[in-house]
Amino acid sequence: MNITRRHMLLLLPAAAIAWKHVLAGTPEASPNYTMSEHWWGMLIDLPNCIGCGNCVRACQTENDVPDGYFRTWVERYHVTDYDIENPRVDSPDGGKKGFPPAKEAGGKNFFVPKLCNHCADSPCTQVCPVGATFISPDGVVLVDKTYCLGCRYCVQACPYGCRFIHPKTLTAEKCTLCYHRITKGLTTACCEACPTGARQLADLKNPNDPIHEFLKTHNVQILKPYMATHSKVLYNDLDGSVR
Amino acid sequence: MNAFKDAGHLFRLAAVFVAGGMAFVGVRTFLVPKSFGQYGHYRGNAMAEIAARPVNFAGHQACEDCHADILEKKKSGKHVHVNCEACHGPLAKHADDPGSIQPAKLDTAVLCVRCHEANIAKPKTFPQVVSADHSSGLPCDTCHQPHSPAITAEETTGGKK
Repeated sequence: MNITRRHMLLLLPAAAIAWKHVLAGTPEASPNYTMSEHWWGMLIDLPNCIGCGNCVRACQTENDVPDGYFRTWVERYHVTDYDIENPRVDSPDGGKKGFPPAKEAGGKNFFVPKLCNHCADSPCTQVCPVGATFISPDGVVLVDKTYCLGCRYCVQACPYGCRFIHPKTLTAEKCTLCYHRITKGLTTACCEACPTGARQLADLKNPNDPIHEFLKTHNVQILKPYMATHSKVLYNDLDGSVR
Repeated sequence: MNAFKDAGHLFRLAAVFVAGGMAFVGVRTFLVPKSFGQYGHYRGNAMAEIAARPVNFAGHQACEDCHADILEKKKSGKHVHVNCEACHGPLAKHADDPGSIQPAKLDTAVLCVRCHEANIAKPKTFPQVVSADHSSGLPCDTCHQPHSPAITAEETTGGKK
């Protein structure tokens, strides 16, 4: 087919409209949400975390997470003065009911909330043999429950231990970054319930998001950067002993 | 045509392969969901299904729409940045139907210590108490009003509930 200049002029607007439709992958439940305009992550402001476990409980109620399984949990680190390579970590019931008084005094003590890192290059999505887990165009790692076989490859692949097999459905489960909330303009349940602002949802594609100012002015790191997962859960003031 | 003499069995085999291939393509188009591959190697509709889940936490904006008085009270105190549902729990149902679904009464004896019980791992600047020593058994709201917790004479209830 010969495309003349006239044809080209007619085709371009049509192509533009078509492309707009491709980009505007709008989930039905939230008509004002455009996936291509977001790139979600989370900021964990560690100096603010008080280990209250509100995030763990909120996640559990919001997402019906079964008892004994966690989409997010809080760890308490105890770094002794002379063995900083081997921190003692405890997380009784994921920190859901808070933390008992520490057994050992001294050293460095702090809380580290953990959740799916929503890696931009996530190992878990790469190993799925059926395309049941994927990174959505707005940067959230999700599981398609109807497609998941429950083969557990992804559970093994996650370097952060953020996945589990749901005991009833026997499919892979993980943090969805409260996809049902963020697509409606709300923040995640854990961020909503955090009393100190230690957790903040971050839209890395939104130039007006306070995360950009925060990143400019703070020492922010990710977990296991050597895994090259391009994690999007950003930890402020992260101690070197955190694994 | 000599080359194809005695080659009938090859044609039959080729026909089997072609039929098999067509059957595969046919069954595949029937079985693979329409939205598979829309954005990548996954079902595009999965996102809409995940996003359709109902919310439990209404979000502080929803609370503040009605409870402007509490918001005003919070502004004067240290708890200004603590979202309502951090203490009151998930209340989307109440936000949808404020008339018939009332939030449960809160117990300060449980709630306050969740955050303010002393623990060595908590940030040093965070206000912490050993609850057993601090109030000698009195409920926290005898002296502190949760929405604005600093102690001022007129805001205490003097032990009344």
